[in-house]
Amino acid sequence: MPSISLQHVDVSFPIYEGVQRSLRHVVMATSTGGRIASDSRHRVVVEALKDVSFVADRGDRLALLGHNGAGKTTLLRVLAGIYEPIRGQVIAEGRVAPLFDISLGMDLDATGYENIRIRGLYLGMTEAEISAQTGEIAEFTELGQFLHMPARTYSLGMRTRLAFGVSTSITPDILLLDEGIGAVDANFVERADARLKALIERSGVMVLASHSMSLLRRFCNKALVLEHGAVSFIGSIDEALGAYASQREPITEKS
Amino acid sequence: MHSHLWLVLGWLEIKQRYRRSKIGPFWITLSLGIMVAASGFIYSRLLGSELRDYLPSLAVGLIIWQLMSGLINEECGAFLAAEGIIKQIPAPLSVHILRVVWKNLIILAHNMIIYVIAMLFYFRNPGFAFFLAPFGVALVALNGLACGMILGVLSARFRDIPPIIANAVQLAFFITPVLWKPENLKTRLLIVEANPLYYLLEVVRKPLLGEAPSLSFWAIAIGITAVNLTLGFSLFARFRGRIAYWV
Repeated sequence: MPSISLQHVDVSFPIYEGVQRSLRHVVMATSTGGRIASDSRHRVVVEALKDVSFVADRGDRLALLGHNGAGKTTLLRVLAGIYEPIRGQVIAEGRVAPLFDISLGMDLDATGYENIRIRGLYLGMTEAEISAQTGEIAEFTELGQFLHMPARTYSLGMRTRLAFGVSTSITPDILLLDEGIGAVDANFVERADARLKALIERSGVMVLASHSMSLLRRFCNKALVLEHGAVSFIGSIDEALGAYASQREPITEKS
Repeated sequence: MHSHLWLVLGWLEIKQRYRRSKIGPFWITLSLGIMVAASGFIYSRLLGSELRDYLPSLAVGLIIWQLMSGLINEECGAFLAAEGIIKQIPAPLSVHILRVVWKNLIILAHNMIIYVIAMLFYFRNPGFAFFLAPFGVALVALNGLACGMILGVLSARFRDIPPIIANAVQLAFFITPVLWKPENLKTRLLIVEANPLYYLLEVVRKPLLGEAPSLSFWAIAIGITAVNLTLGFSLFARFRGRIAYWV
């Protein structure tokens, strides 16, 4: 039974400014004696998530709402197991598949087919699953003979199609989507949309971070609103969108 | 799931780097071969050794050095080079360490051609001692793994580590008996005998030249490996969760 639960999760980022990231300062700090060292080290810390708790079970389609920098991407990375929280617990049951900035992590010197394989393996697919899917992925990308050429020779749109094709071929228990999942050329949008919809439908739990109200309303049934790294609202999508809109009103009066 | 991802990645890196070149990874072999030939002539005179003895030993020494320095230097960047993927997909971080080890072993396999040529040229047969060499290589590879867990983690946090290590490795080349042999020294030197790289070098070099390393060499090499792995695993276990924040 796929589910994901967070209990009192805190995440903070130490900010190492150019100078502080160097070993020299730590060595000097320790060698000049404890007390001054701890004073002169001023570790600046950004608290990205504060005491975040929630549970998402099978069938939950959770929208993540919040302003830029509210902690949406950080929360997705915590859910994916990329960031280990400083405090608190993340319990994920089932295979987690993150689709964040899908255009990243493509090997430009590798061919299209090699990229399909690498990405598939990274996403946790087996060789058998990959070979079974390759034909269908290739067809979706419409790259034809280009799949034998290095990804460097592709246009941006072609790269997106490839990355999108592989990333959406998985069958995840827990699907994590960041808004970077935008498609580019108009012709592609329709088919990408259908594929994304199918992916969401076959996933157990889905978490989607986006600023697009229409996208969230279409795919999600629940929502979590983040404000400065803390949960300010959690509940049904309609209530959340209402709450979020009223929270936004003073800033964007017209929308 | 991710069990053989590192094998695929290591192999692909080799394949790609030379995709548009005619002789591919053999460029590394070729330049190493030229270095062996050139320094062989000069240093054999300098050290007063017979070329027949000196050249195969130099060839093997440089091949192993290439492996060791490659492992040390590249393991520093194991996580830094994979920043993009580390922040996108939660694959096990060990993938990045293992990939570097594997890639360097593939390069070693290419470079062994120089060894074969040098041995054939002088009609030398390593005999059964040769079969001890894989164990020596395994020890070096395990130390490479430890390097990834120690230097890779430290470099992710402290960006001064890679250049410091690069300099240290360059220096180590001169104090490690690669171009020369400890027998060339008139007295025993602590700087040679306290150098862990020396023992790891010898447990590969000696078998390849037809000599079984003494038990004390094996014991020291295994001891070094055990210490490094222990240190590596504890450091990696302690800080693995922080790497995504650091890169």
